[in-house]
This record gives sequence, structure tokens and C-alpha cells, in this order.
Amino acid sequence: MTSTHSPRRGDPVPAQPYLEQYDRVKAELPGAALSWVRDLRELGRSRFAELGFPTAKVEAWKYTSLKSLEKVAFQPARPAAAGVHFDVLPHVGTGPRLVFVDGFFRADLSSTAGVPAGVELSGLAETLSRNPDLVGEHLGRLAVSDEQRFVALNTAFLADGAVVRIGRGVEVAEPIELVFVSLGSDDGAVAFHPRTLLIAEPQSKATVIEHHVGLGIGATFANHVAEAYVGEGAILRHYKVQREGAEAFHLSNSVAKVGKDACYDNFILTTGARLARSEVRVALGLGSSCNVNGAYMIGGHQHCDTTTVIEHKEPHGTSREVYKGAIDDHGRAVFQGKIVVHPGAQKTDGHQLNRALLLSDTAEIDAKPELEIYADDVKCSHGATAGELADEALFYLRARGIPKDEARALLIGAFLAEALDEIPDETVREAFHGFVTGWLGTR
Amino acid sequence: MAASTETADQVRAFTEKEYEYGFTTDIESEVAPKGLNEDIIRFISAKKEEPEWLLEWRLRAFQAWKAMEEPHWPALTYGPIDYQDAHYYAAPKMKAKPKSLDEVDPELLKTYAKLGIPLKEQAILAGVEGTEGQSPAVAVDAVFDSVSVATTYKAKLEEMGIIFCAISEAVHKCPELVRKYLGSVVPYTDNFFATLNSAVFTDGSFVYIPKGVRCPMELSTYFRINQANTGQFERTLIIADEGSYVSYLEGCTAPKRDENQLHAAVVELVALDNATIKYSTVQNWYPGDENGVGGIYNFVTKRGACRGVNSKISWTQVETGSAITWKYPSCILQGDNSVGEFYSVAITNNRQQADTGTKMIHIGRNTRSTIVSKGISAGKAQQTYRGLVKILPKAEGARNHTQCDSLLIGDQCGAHTVPYIESRNRSARIEHEATTAKISEDQLFYCRQRGLAEEDAVSLIVNGFCKEVLKELPMEFAVEAQKLVGISLEGSVG
Repeated sequence: MTSTHSPRRGDPVPAQPYLEQYDRVKAELPGAALSWVRDLRELGRSRFAELGFPTAKVEAWKYTSLKSLEKVAFQPARPAAAGVHFDVLPHVGTGPRLVFVDGFFRADLSSTAGVPAGVELSGLAETLSRNPDLVGEHLGRLAVSDEQRFVALNTAFLADGAVVRIGRGVEVAEPIELVFVSLGSDDGAVAFHPRTLLIAEPQSKATVIEHHVGLGIGATFANHVAEAYVGEGAILRHYKVQREGAEAFHLSNSVAKVGKDACYDNFILTTGARLARSEVRVALGLGSSCNVNGAYMIGGHQHCDTTTVIEHKEPHGTSREVYKGAIDDHGRAVFQGKIVVHPGAQKTDGHQLNRALLLSDTAEIDAKPELEIYADDVKCSHGATAGELADEALFYLRARGIPKDEARALLIGAFLAEALDEIPDETVREAFHGFVTGWLGTR
Repeated sequence: MAASTETADQVRAFTEKEYEYGFTTDIESEVAPKGLNEDIIRFISAKKEEPEWLLEWRLRAFQAWKAMEEPHWPALTYGPIDYQDAHYYAAPKMKAKPKSLDEVDPELLKTYAKLGIPLKEQAILAGVEGTEGQSPAVAVDAVFDSVSVATTYKAKLEEMGIIFCAISEAVHKCPELVRKYLGSVVPYTDNFFATLNSAVFTDGSFVYIPKGVRCPMELSTYFRINQANTGQFERTLIIADEGSYVSYLEGCTAPKRDENQLHAAVVELVALDNATIKYSTVQNWYPGDENGVGGIYNFVTKRGACRGVNSKISWTQVETGSAITWKYPSCILQGDNSVGEFYSVAITNNRQQADTGTKMIHIGRNTRSTIVSKGISAGKAQQTYRGLVKILPKAEGARNHTQCDSLLIGDQCGAHTVPYIESRNRSARIEHEATTAKISEDQLFYCRQRGLAEEDAVSLIVNGFCKEVLKELPMEFAVEAQKLVGISLEGSVG
């Protein structure tokens, strides 16, 4: 016997309704006729049955309890009966946009006009029905059910989502936008499990922005999984703005594999959801780089968990991570960031910074920045801070006649800007600053 | 490189040889039968003529222990420990000892000489017959006689009202103090190894510093009575009453022999109003051979409670030994304005594994903590810094600064950093920084260019890397520790 960690099992009991629902709907899911799709889903089901919901003893879920989620009886979402007005859907740029309502692709709300040559955009359900070979090579290869319980759950219910493929050498100037609307239902709480597949072929370049918004009423549980393949020399910028409603549960797993000399950028801006957990996992290849950044602003009784794992698997990789957050009221933020340098991944350069601002006496931050290093010729570091707004700075502004609230907003905005400024594209950066300003206006 | 390989061989040879001695058990001795059960605990307690309450406490701990599981969360790999296949009590005189220093392995003496340890102490460390306890000294040209020094010091301490004795002695001498504080910082249900210790601890030190007294000397295990064989399940309790100060040294820099593979010590510190405790450790137990065979498993629970206002507890540790180190000296900062410090150097080489760090729990207002951890990993060793900084809602104005640096030597070792930072007070300020790198080629080249051998250059650079921590050690320890840093890394470069 060795003391290697046996994977801690979760609680299978709250998982039971999901398993039963799966058994009921599995025959109707798109692509159910294909054996490889069936096998993928079955594996997801069996892994979720084993892993279940995390208990407090599961190290990765030490700071995030899903008790509030477990209590709600979610039903699988159905295509929404209620209408969604086109105008309320966010749009940062002027490029193509795919819209999903409660996980279902809505061609009527999407605009694929002006998609450049060499770029394919489609809904996953449609692709699985009409042209499954297009995704067969990639689907479920990066986000595997193995240890990630909510990837397993997503895989079991895998039905719809976005498929984005950027052809070899194609450069897309305008961001491709994916809008996920959590609408909910009057009949009760609904759950959906969208799957996004981003494939950037070698030497291509594109920006993809995910918007997550809540427009309806009632509780929703969005369990997203995104798989991003970044081919040799490609540049993929993958951004996410999560502004779901006060009754939303938002879990997401973004998994990226970055090829030789390629670059992957991830940015997550969070202001929404009652409980949100965004996981980002990046595996870096030879000479590749990634930026995993984000900002969050929460208040009320919101819970925002950011969990990232950056794996340097080959030499000469570079990673940068900057996360900043402001926590107000009874908000609680969790940051777990891990940099792993595998044996042989020499000349790795990895830096991580995580800073939290506590704005109230009841706010809480739990941070766990982690380095796991198995190679010697590396430069790795992390920094973490927690604190409140500096009185001196506040005084300085007020002494110059700026009202207190305005001064606070100014300072909080400046604090968060350090993360936002990591976004290279000006249009996107400005739009994100706008979301921050919007949030500060609600304080 | 030839010279350094040679030294490495010597060190290796001596570590291997030393343990060839294989202590025999047929010498007249009182050894409890193998195994762990209530009878053994009663036997230990009876041997020590302990009062009833202590026996009951041990038994309660044993009951709790039986229901516990050995923790497997640390990043450590080792074979199963058979807790029934060990003696939990052995009277001190069971070893076949060398009669004088002439019979001691010359390699061992060389190492001692390198460390600059006085002859008399060398004899004690090498386990020369007659040097344990208060027995008369062997015929060596002792620079000073530590036994008589100890006696002189003891008298002086007693005059000041300081109690410094074996804990088994303290149980009889000042039972009310022991009863009040034993288990008050590390309860007998605390964790698997601390609970085991509570059930079977054999001995350790007890220190009480009365109100307003500043202990005039470093209290050290060098001068401790009844030191032999207390290593395995050592229990230390230090109480600093209001306004007092004490500095305590534990361990020594010389490699120490011990046939017990499992060590599970508990150290409890209590600092009352305005009191300061400085606790320094140099741990250099047998680390096992280069393939990780043998070596001590060191599972230690060390915790200090800053109970009073303006109290301070400072931990300084240099960890170079043991096959496995599992140790998190912690501070509970209860009193307003109390201060916790943790300075650590951990060196792992060959197949050593260390999972070490600290916990700083901020409860009172304006509590401050500083963590400086320097880890050096070489060979095939794995090392983890694991720490917790926790700010509770009432800890207004709490402050923490943490610096964790790791140095890697060789491409087969690992260095990991796992800090937990939890803040529930907005006025608290927490800063955490961690870096991992290897010895810079430029620095090495610079030293080599100036005629330093590569090994000396590494030792110099590593000492510089550790300086922040080593300077916290009491003077006489610091000098030895610097040499130890160099010796521990011999054979790790080139």
C-alpha cells in the first residue's frame, strides 16, 4: 500500500435524479443512433454516478458547497416556448453570432451572415444529426469524464452547443460571439448542459466571446463545457462574460490544448449567478503560451469560484495569469489556481497573480494558489493578496472634492483594470470595461 | 568534481555504516512487548508512576486513535506502517555502545568535526557509553563538561523560578501546571499522529517561565536530563507566563542515530500576556540511503497558542534529515496584537520527502504573522510547502506576509507550493508570494570563475538563499546550520 491519493468519492445520492432523467431522455438525444456518441454519453453517466456531487471533503471543492444546488429539483430544459427579443442579446462586435436559449441553438436569433471563408459555425445538435464526422475527431477528447464530475454530467446529457472551426491559416478579424441565454421556465427549475467545441487549425487566428445572460424567471442550472483545440502556431482568444441572473447556478469547464508555438488567451468576467464556478484547464505544448486572466465583481449572497490549472507539458512554455476581484455584501469568492510543470518541461516560465478586494465586513475570499513543479530549469511564481480599499487613496480623492461613492467606484474600477488591460483587442477591452462600469453603477 | 564525489561517498559511507551497528535487544533491558493496546499504555503509565488523570487521558486518546485513519492527503509516498509491530516502551539502557570515541566510526567523527562540534558533545551524539543522562564522562579531552555545565545552569534557573525538566518529572513536580496545559493547544483528538503521541508519549521537555522572567540562556536539549530514547514519541510543553521570555533549541545539527523509524512528536507552546517564546529546531534524523531505504518517518505536530495580548511565538526550523517530514508548526493568534512567525529552511536530497509549512490563525485584533519558507530540493527528492493563513471576522487590522521560495537542483526533483489563504475581515491585509527557480548559471559561473569548487559555490549560493531564515537562529546554532546546509547538498550537483 502506498499513500497515493485514492480519489475521494462524492455523494451519489443527490446525483440520482440526474441519472434517472438521463435514462429517460437518452434515446431522444441527438446522435443517439451513433454508437460512439452513445458510448461517450454512457461513460459520462457512469463516471457521474461514481463521482456524484462533491462533498466538503473533496479537496477541489473545499471552498464551494453545492448544497444549495442539490436542493433544487431541476428538470432537463425543453426548447423554450417564451420568446426572446433579439435586441436584448449582447453583441460586442459586428461579427457572426450564435444564440442558445436554455442550451438549445436558435437559428432564428443567430446571425451567420458574413462568416469568412474557411470558418464553420454551427449548432452541435444539428452537426451530430447531419454531419457527425465533423466533430467525431474532437468531441469529448479534451474534456474527459474521468475526474471532472461536471464534465461527466455534461457528457451524459451532451446534446447541443456551438461548433466553431477556423480553417488552416484563416484569420478572423471580428470576434465570433456565442450567446447563452438562461431563460428558465414557469413550470420549475431547468438544467442544461451545453457543449462548445472550438477548433483553431494551424496558423489560424480568431477571437471567440461567450456571453452568458439571464433573461427569464425561475432557477436555472447551466453546466457548460468548452473544448478548445489550438493548432500549431494558431492564436485563439477565448473570452467569457457571465452575467446570469440572481437565481442561476453556473458551472463551466473550459479545457484547452495548445499546440506547438500556439497561443491561447482566456478571460472570464463574472458579475452574475447566485453560484458560479468557472474551471479553466490549459495544457501547453512546446514553445506555446497562454494567458488565463479574469475579473469578478460580486455582492449580495453571490458565490464565485474560479479554478484554473495550467499544465506545462513540454519545454519552453510561457503562462501568465492575472485574476482580480471585488467582493461586496455577503459575497464569497474562491480562487484556486495551479501551475503544474511536468518532468522535462524545462525553460518553463509561469507567473500567476491573484488579488482580491473586500468591500464589506461580511465578504470573504479563499485563495489557494498552487505550484507543482517537477523540472528544475524553470521560473515560476505566484502572488496573492487580499485587503480593502486604501484609506489614503480614498481620502486623496475626497480631498479633491470627489464624492465618496464616486471615489470608491473609481478606485475599484482602477483595481480591476489591471486584469482587463490584459485583453489585447481594444473593442473587446472597452466593452469589458463597460460591463465593469455597469456593475459599479449598481452599487 | 572528484573531490566532491569523494565527500559524497564519505557521507554516504558513514550513513550506511552507522546503521550497521544494529542495536541488539538481548542486553538487559525493560522492553514492553510489541504491540499497542491498553495494557501497554497502562504499563507505560505505571512505569512512570503517573497519576490517574494522566492515564485516563492517555486511554481516551487511544480510544480516539483507534477510530482514526492515517492521513493520506500530504504529497508523501511511503509503505504501510504497522503500528502493532513496534515497542512502545523501552528503558534507556538497551544499546550496545562504543566504549570511547576511538571505537566510533571515523567517518562519523569527520562529519562532527566538519560541523565544529566539541569533543564532549561528539561523544554524546555518537552514543558513547556513559554519556547518556548524568553518568560520568568518558575519558576524552572535553573542552567543557556539558554535564557540569548543565548542573550549574539548572541551579541558576531554579533560582529564578524557571522550571525546566523532563515532562515525566514535571507531572510529579508541578502536576497542576501540566494538567492545566497538557493537550490545551494540541488536543488529544487533534490528528492521527498527535493522538497516537498522546496515548503513548514517553518523555520530553517541560518548561515554565514565571511572570516577568526573562530566561537568561537558550534552553536546549543539549542540557536536557534523561534525553536518551525520548525521541520517538516526544512530548514538549512550554509555558511562558505573563511578560516572560524564553528561547528554546531543539535537536542538533549532527546526524543522529535512532533505531525507531516512526517518530511522532508533539510540541505545545503557550504564551500569556506580553510573553515571547522563540522555538528553534534543527532536525537531522537519518534520511535513509540514496534509494530511500530506511530513514526516519517524522510526523510532528507543533503548535503554539498566543493566548495573551502582545504575546509572540516564533518558530524557526532547519529541516535536513528524515526520509519523511510531515510538520506544520503553527500559531493560534488569540490575544490582541499577538505575533506569529515561521522561518523555515527545508532541504531534501536523494529520495527524501518533506511536506511542511505552517498555519497562522488570526483571531484577535491587530494580530500579525510572518512566514518565510525556503525549500531546497535536490536529487530525486520531493518537497511541498503547505500553509494556511486564516483571518477570522473579528481579526480587525490583521496582517500577514508570506514568502515561499523554492530552489531546485537537478531535473528529477520536485518542489510544490500549496498555500491556503482565507480572509473574512476586510481590514486584514494579506500578501503571499512564492517563487521557484534553479540556481542561476550566472551566479554559479561567477563563483567558479573566482576559484570556488562547484560544490562550495552551491553551498555558498544556497546559504545566501536561506540567509533570511538562518539569521533567526541563535548564534551558535546558526554557524552549525550553515555548514549543515552545505553538507546536506553534497553530491547533488555535477
